Amino acid sequence: MTAPAKPSLNPLPLRERMKVPRQIMPEQSPELRCVNFTEVNLGYNPELARQEALRCLECARPACTKDCPVGVKVHEFVQLIVAGDFLAAAAKIREDNVLPAITGRVCPQEDHCEGGCVMGKKVKPLGIGYLERFVADYEQRSGFRGLPKVPPTGKKVAIVGSGPSGLTVAGDLVQRGHKVRVFEALHELGGVLVYGIPEFRLPKQIIREQLDCMREMGVEFETDVVVGRTVTIDELMEEEGYDAVFVGTGAGLPVFMNIPGEHWNGVYSANEFLTRINLMKAYKFPTYDEPMLDLHGKDVAVIGGGNTALDAIRSARRLGARKASVLYRRSEAEMPARAEEAKHAREEGIEFRMLTSPVEFLSDGKGWLSRVACVSMELGEPDASGRRRPVAIAGSEFEIPLSVAVIAIGTSANPIVQSTTPGLGTDKRGYIQADPESQRTSRRGVFAGGDIVTGSATVILAMGAGRRAAKGIHQYLTTGVW
Amino acid sequence: MFQILHAELLAPGIKRFLIQAPRIARRHKPGQFVIVRIYEEGERIPLTIESSDAQRGTISIVVQSAGKTTHLLNSLKAGDHILDVVGPLGKPSEIRNFGTLVVMSGGVGTAMAYPTAAALKQAGNRVISIVGARSKELVILEQEMRAVSDVLFITTDDGSYADRGFVTDKLRQLIQNGVPIDLLLAVGPIPMMKAVADMTRGEHIRTIVSLNPIMIDGTGMCGGCRVLVGGKSAFACVDGPEFDAHLVNFEVLMQRNATYRHQELESMDEFRRAMETQPETTKKDASAVEGTPV
Repeated sequence: MTAPAKPSLNPLPLRERMKVPRQIMPEQSPELRCVNFTEVNLGYNPELARQEALRCLECARPACTKDCPVGVKVHEFVQLIVAGDFLAAAAKIREDNVLPAITGRVCPQEDHCEGGCVMGKKVKPLGIGYLERFVADYEQRSGFRGLPKVPPTGKKVAIVGSGPSGLTVAGDLVQRGHKVRVFEALHELGGVLVYGIPEFRLPKQIIREQLDCMREMGVEFETDVVVGRTVTIDELMEEEGYDAVFVGTGAGLPVFMNIPGEHWNGVYSANEFLTRINLMKAYKFPTYDEPMLDLHGKDVAVIGGGNTALDAIRSARRLGARKASVLYRRSEAEMPARAEEAKHAREEGIEFRMLTSPVEFLSDGKGWLSRVACVSMELGEPDASGRRRPVAIAGSEFEIPLSVAVIAIGTSANPIVQSTTPGLGTDKRGYIQADPESQRTSRRGVFAGGDIVTGSATVILAMGAGRRAAKGIHQYLTTGVW
Repeated sequence: MFQILHAELLAPGIKRFLIQAPRIARRHKPGQFVIVRIYEEGERIPLTIESSDAQRGTISIVVQSAGKTTHLLNSLKAGDHILDVVGPLGKPSEIRNFGTLVVMSGGVGTAMAYPTAAALKQAGNRVISIVGARSKELVILEQEMRAVSDVLFITTDDGSYADRGFVTDKLRQLIQNGVPIDLLLAVGPIPMMKAVADMTRGEHIRTIVSLNPIMIDGTGMCGGCRVLVGGKSAFACVDGPEFDAHLVNFEVLMQRNATYRHQELESMDEFRRAMETQPETTKKDASAVEGTPV
C-alpha cells in the first residue's frame, strides 16, 4: 500500500478509515423472507454507501481491479461515491461492466474484488459488491441513460444465448457501432439469470431494466430461436448476412447421479426445479399454469453444495417445506457456494448435512420418492480440484425420509450448436474450444465463451469471457484478420 | 408472436392449426415437434408438427383438448396469435428405404405418424398403415394417410367405422398372415405403444415409438423429459422423441406423466368454473395476444 498519487477526495486519514466498520447490508428478517420470494438484501441508502466508500484505502496497485474478471475500476468508482456523484460512479462501472445491478447481487465477491482487498487482511474487506449494486440501482431509479451513440460500422453480429456472456458481448459491441442481434431459445431473455437464479436473490425486474438499457443502446433481441434447430450458424452467416457469431449457450444438460431410483416422481434436476419456479413461476400456481409439487409440510433435500443447490433449497423453504436440507459429500469448507448465500440459508433454517452422499432413492411402492439411502463420507487426499477427495465410510449407510430431492451436482455440455455446426472444435467433454484471449473458435468468424466453453462457472466469469470475445470480434471485424 | 392463418376441426376436441412460422417451416423434418406457450401465465407444452411448407413459411399442428392449455388453444381461431412457438425440436425420424413398413397410430398420434409415413413412402418403402381411434368421429387424417399408404387399415374400438377392435388386433393378423415387416412405427397412447412393443419383441420386428413425456424447455436443459431406455436415462427432447420400443420402460413413462395429475385436474376445474361464471373474460384470456415486448 502506497500513498495515492492524486489528491484524494476522501476526508479521512488512512488510519481512520480502518476504524470505520464495514456497513451492514440491510436485509429482510429470516422469519419474514422464509415465506416470500422478495429480495433478501434491501440495498444501501446513500448514507450507508458513502460511509462504506470512505473505507477504501486507495491502493496504488489495487488487487480489486486486477482480480475482477471484467476489470471494473473499483478505486475510481468508489471515489466518485465519496464525492457524492453516484451517476458518474455508475458510468465509470459501465465502462467495464454492462450489467452492474446484476453482478452487484450475484458475484462471488470474496473470490474476486473483495478477496484481495487489503482491508480484509486486518478487518473486513471493502463492500465492493454492495457499492456496485447501490450505484447501479441509483442510476436505474434516476432514469439515467447516459451512453453516447457511436457511428455504425455496417457490420452485423449474431449472439447465441441471452445469458451473462451474450449480453456482455452485445453491450460491448453495440457501443463500438456494430449491429447486434441476440437469439434466445426460451421465451424470456436473460438465460440463467431468469431460469436459474431466484427472485429473492436477483429480482426479474432488475434484469428487465438491464435489458431495457441494452435495447435503448440498440441491441435487438429475438426469442424462441434454438440456434442449431430453428436456424443454424451457417445459415446465420451465409444467408442472413452476419459477419460474426458469438456462441454463449451456457451450462447445458443437467448431470444426474446415476444411482438407482432417479426416475421416481419427486426427484428433480436443479435446472428443472428452478426453471419451474423462476421462469415458469410455478410458485404462483394456479395463477400461472405450470404446475409444481406441493411442498407444504414435506421433507425436501438438495444434493450438492454450490449456488444452484442453495438457490433450490431456499426456494423449497419458501414453498413451505417442513424440513429443508443440503446433502453435500464434502465438508463445509469445500462448498463452492457464495459465502453470503450459505449465511442466508443457515439463517433461514436450512439444515446442512455435510459429508453425506446419496446412494439410492427409494419409493413408496407407488412411484413416489419416500426416502433416500446415504453413506457418510470422510475426506482423503486432495483430488484434481485441489479439494480433499470424499471417500465413503464402509458400513455407514443410513436412510433419510424424503418427499422431494433436487440434484444440483453440475451440468454437461449441450450438444445442439456443436452438432449442427460443421468444423466447430470441441474438447473431449463436448465443450466448445475457444482461444482463452480472443475467444476465437476453430471456425472463422465464430467465437464462444461462458459455460459452453468452461463448463459451469459463475456469472462474472462468463461476463469476463464476453468482454474478451467482444474485443476479439471487434478486432476481427475491423481488420478482417482471423 | 405467431399468427394462426387457418383453424379447422378434425374431430370433436381435435383441431388443426396452420401457423405462420417461417424459421420453423424451413427447418422442419418429419418426427420433430414444437413447444408452445399461448399467453403470459401459460405453461409450455410440446405439440407435434403435422406438416410444414417452407415456401409459404407455415407449419400445421394438431391439438387434442385434454387439459386447460389444450382447451384454451383449441378455442383459438384464424387471425388469433400464439405467444410462443419454438422448434423444430427433437431428432428427425430416420428416413431411408427399409422395405416394408408398418405405421400404427392411435388417436391424435396419427398427426405425428403422418409426416414420417409420408417421408418413408417417398423414400421407396411399402407402407402399411393401421390407424386406430375410439370411434368413427375420432378417426383423423384418413385421406392424408390413405395418400401415403399402399394399404390402409382403420380400426375403431366400438366398431362404429371400419374394423372393430384395436390396432394391435390388426397387427396380430398381419404377423399371423406372415407379412414381412422390416420396420414398425407406433405413435399413440402409452398403453397402445406398450402393447405393440410387447407383441413385436418376440417377433424380432424393429419397432420405433415416439414418446410424449412432460417437457419444459425442449432443449435438454431441464431434464424433466427423461425416460428410461435400456435401463439408462435419455432425454426425449434431444435424444428422442423416437426410441427403440423394445428398450423403453413404459411403466416409468406412465408414472412420470402422472406426476402433476392432481394439479392438472385442479387447473382444469378452475378453468371450467371460470368458463361457467365469466365466459366472456375467460374467452378473452384465451385469445390474449399481449406478449413480452422483445
